Amino acid sequence: MRLLAWLLLAGLLSAPARSADDAALDTVLTELARAEDFAAKSGAATRLAGVQHPRASAALSALVEGQLHFRESDTRMFIVTEDPPAVTDLLTNQAATGVAADSLTKITTNNALRKTLRGLIASFALADPDPELRVQAVTELLRSPDEQNVALLRARLEIEKDAAVRSTIEAGLALADLDSEDADQRLAAIVALEDSLNLELRNRLEAMITPDEGGAYPEPDQRVRDAARALVQSIDSSRSFYSTLETFFFGLSTGSILVLVAIGLAITFGVMGVINMAHGELMMLGAYCTYAVQLMLPNFIGASVLIAIPLAFAVSGIVGILIQRFVVRYLSGRPLDTLLATFGVSLILQQAVRSYQANNVPVQTPEWMSGPIVINEALSLTYNRLYVFLFALLMFVLLLFVLKKTSLGLKVRAVSQNRGMAKAMGIRTEWVDAMTFGLGSGIAGVAGVALSQLTNVGPNLGQAYIIDSFMVVVFGGVGNLWGTLIGGVSLGVVNKLLEPWAGAVTAKILVLVAVILFIQRRPRGLFPQKGRAAEG
Amino acid sequence: MPRTSFMELLFGERGTTIFLAVLAALTVIVPVLHLAVPADSPLHVSTYTMTLLGKYLTYALLAVAVDLVWGYCGILSLGHAAFFALGGYAMGMYLMRQIGTRGVYGNPVLTDFMVFLNYEKLPWFWHGFDMFWFAGAMVVIAPGLLALVFGWLAFRSRVTGVYLSIITQALTYALQQAFLQNNMGFGGNNGLTDFKDILGMPINAPGTRVGLFVASGVALLLGYLACRYITLSRAGRVVNAVRDAESRTRFIGYRVESYKLWMFVFSAVLAGIAGALYVPQVGIINPSEFSPINSIEVVIWVAVGGRATLYGAVAGAVLVNYAKTFFTTALPEIWQYALGGLFILVTLFLPRGIAGLLEFKRKRALVPPQGAPA
Repeated sequence: MRLLAWLLLAGLLSAPARSADDAALDTVLTELARAEDFAAKSGAATRLAGVQHPRASAALSALVEGQLHFRESDTRMFIVTEDPPAVTDLLTNQAATGVAADSLTKITTNNALRKTLRGLIASFALADPDPELRVQAVTELLRSPDEQNVALLRARLEIEKDAAVRSTIEAGLALADLDSEDADQRLAAIVALEDSLNLELRNRLEAMITPDEGGAYPEPDQRVRDAARALVQSIDSSRSFYSTLETFFFGLSTGSILVLVAIGLAITFGVMGVINMAHGELMMLGAYCTYAVQLMLPNFIGASVLIAIPLAFAVSGIVGILIQRFVVRYLSGRPLDTLLATFGVSLILQQAVRSYQANNVPVQTPEWMSGPIVINEALSLTYNRLYVFLFALLMFVLLLFVLKKTSLGLKVRAVSQNRGMAKAMGIRTEWVDAMTFGLGSGIAGVAGVALSQLTNVGPNLGQAYIIDSFMVVVFGGVGNLWGTLIGGVSLGVVNKLLEPWAGAVTAKILVLVAVILFIQRRPRGLFPQKGRAAEG
Repeated sequence: MPRTSFMELLFGERGTTIFLAVLAALTVIVPVLHLAVPADSPLHVSTYTMTLLGKYLTYALLAVAVDLVWGYCGILSLGHAAFFALGGYAMGMYLMRQIGTRGVYGNPVLTDFMVFLNYEKLPWFWHGFDMFWFAGAMVVIAPGLLALVFGWLAFRSRVTGVYLSIITQALTYALQQAFLQNNMGFGGNNGLTDFKDILGMPINAPGTRVGLFVASGVALLLGYLACRYITLSRAGRVVNAVRDAESRTRFIGYRVESYKLWMFVFSAVLAGIAGALYVPQVGIINPSEFSPINSIEVVIWVAVGGRATLYGAVAGAVLVNYAKTFFTTALPEIWQYALGGLFILVTLFLPRGIAGLLEFKRKRALVPPQGAPA
């Protein structure tokens, strides 16, 4: 009875480690170790490739390299490497200490078996659930496009569903056809590749139509050359089109960040006439809110950003209201002093964060926000930038709604247009000021959450954006949200369009100079305030 | 208004008189205590202390320059560090050319960083900097020209108030980014350093140090008097009017832009000279001198001392920098808080700075409490 209990317990303890897959792998490996000849080994290897186990492909790779050994006593498998000399347990993938390499028996292979094995390994990788790994496998196979590999790829093409993998295979197969002896087949390959954007293909074709020193073309057939030339041109023009498109998207993304940063500023600076130099630090607080949420809820990274948005709005908004109540309020009508005092606030906030957390903190990007959307070979957009762009638009619309359609917005506009009259009409201007400042600051916090997904989060986060966002507000016209939107997007796009030929820093300087020159023509921005309120 | 007399220039304002006396005494006594008093005497002034004081004097000159445009003209420039740094770079380029073959790579023409970055020949803008007079002229011309172009653009289109502040900040930020680039030809991130000689004299020799200190003192003295002369002159009155009611001054018929522009240019030149004296004393100039925080720190010196009083600007510069020297070695954590707090407290409670506080006390002592002026 006691014995039975021990057995049960032992079984329970070992059960999780030995799943059904492990058992299947074990069976096949034993079969492989006991195989009498190469044909039997080949059969075992084929079955090994069919086993759903994470170590199966490692076993195949080790076998083809001649590194797979087994212990005579229990047929346990080890990987023996010579440089550096090491013995690794196949199943656990950990160094097997105490197992001497010369006590093991090597599983020998011959040419035919190795060929089979390579095919198996490739097809193994081709069947991987991760499309990216499949693309890698295809690229690997295409390095030596022999009959066997081409056949493998053709077979995969029949069942492959992922667009990226398909296009890689198709392009690869056509590339293989380009080596064909038959001119018609080469021509057909080029025709088949008509829509390709593949850079490798483009270079191959370029080589075919570039004459050597004697003036002879590597490609003898005139028709093939013409087709190749046309395709090179079409690839070039499409690629440059897509790269412009991509630059434009990056510009929109940069612009949307600027908009997000600047709309909060547009509220405090534009509507209230208060310049808040601590705006960047309010953004930094928002970014740290994301970090704090991720620290507190490590299991909900996916939702962390969504939780952080209202939190950051509240935190930065409250800090903003405190700044307004304790500093800005006493400096009304003294904009330059307000600038200096809020700058002092920004120094204090920076140092407070620096004392608590000296370096940049790692903020994770939720899975649904990471990775690229691959549109084709030449164009892929990243999800985080796309979401930030949409988020900036959403915030803009929300703010516009608040200002135009709500009671608070009405009061804010009234106070900004004529403070004395608004007060006479019974509006509590003090309260409206605090709320406006809180709103602008809260939006800065939300912008910080978005920024935490794009850049490093550290005490200096705000500094990097503050000058740019002031430029946006000045460029767009103070007190005008539409001006901020158009100003931010156009500055972002112009900046990114300049970058490829001017370099990042020079592009930035050029944009700054351009804004300074632009202000010459229109001192009050793109959309100046009109009427009496404009005379400050 | 009568012509400003020399006597009024020196003795018209008590703060100024005290400042001038202290500065003159300092410029004479410190070198004597440094050179003539033996090192083990308690009265001896060490090289470190003298260099530190010399640095403060250049800062004070910079503060006077900022006060001239901010306190008297109402232009809050957040970019004066750019002019300071440009003057410093002009001097630094001269000092670099003086190194000659004593550099690490021993190239007689190219500086070390140029050899390191594989420059084929000297960049065109480095020519002439082997001559002191040329570098000296550039100390004035480079900041002055930048201020002229920038100010002409800005004031002509009536960019005022916070707009101007932000744009000046953008200017210094843009320059910092530019100077950080290696291919700009100014040594990139590392800037210019390892100086050996100035005017043929070894830069670290006690005599040279004394010379630099005295030069800083004299520059501050002359710069101060020039600024005081301007503020007392007719133009100074117009500039005050511009500060207090720009549109009204314009409607009366003054060319507001010209007044602002020349004040701005003069101030930039002073800042450049300050920078040129600063660099040989600290021994390095790099793009961090352009950083916006430096400009804004100068503004706080002036605010602490008391804007629109030149001696206040000097006092503020020395006090804040002394505090900075003290705190950054003793309690580095606290300094940022203290500086931030200073910004807030001074603007909220001491809008006229220390000078205003002193004046207020004096007036209260003079005027009987019941007869306070309206």
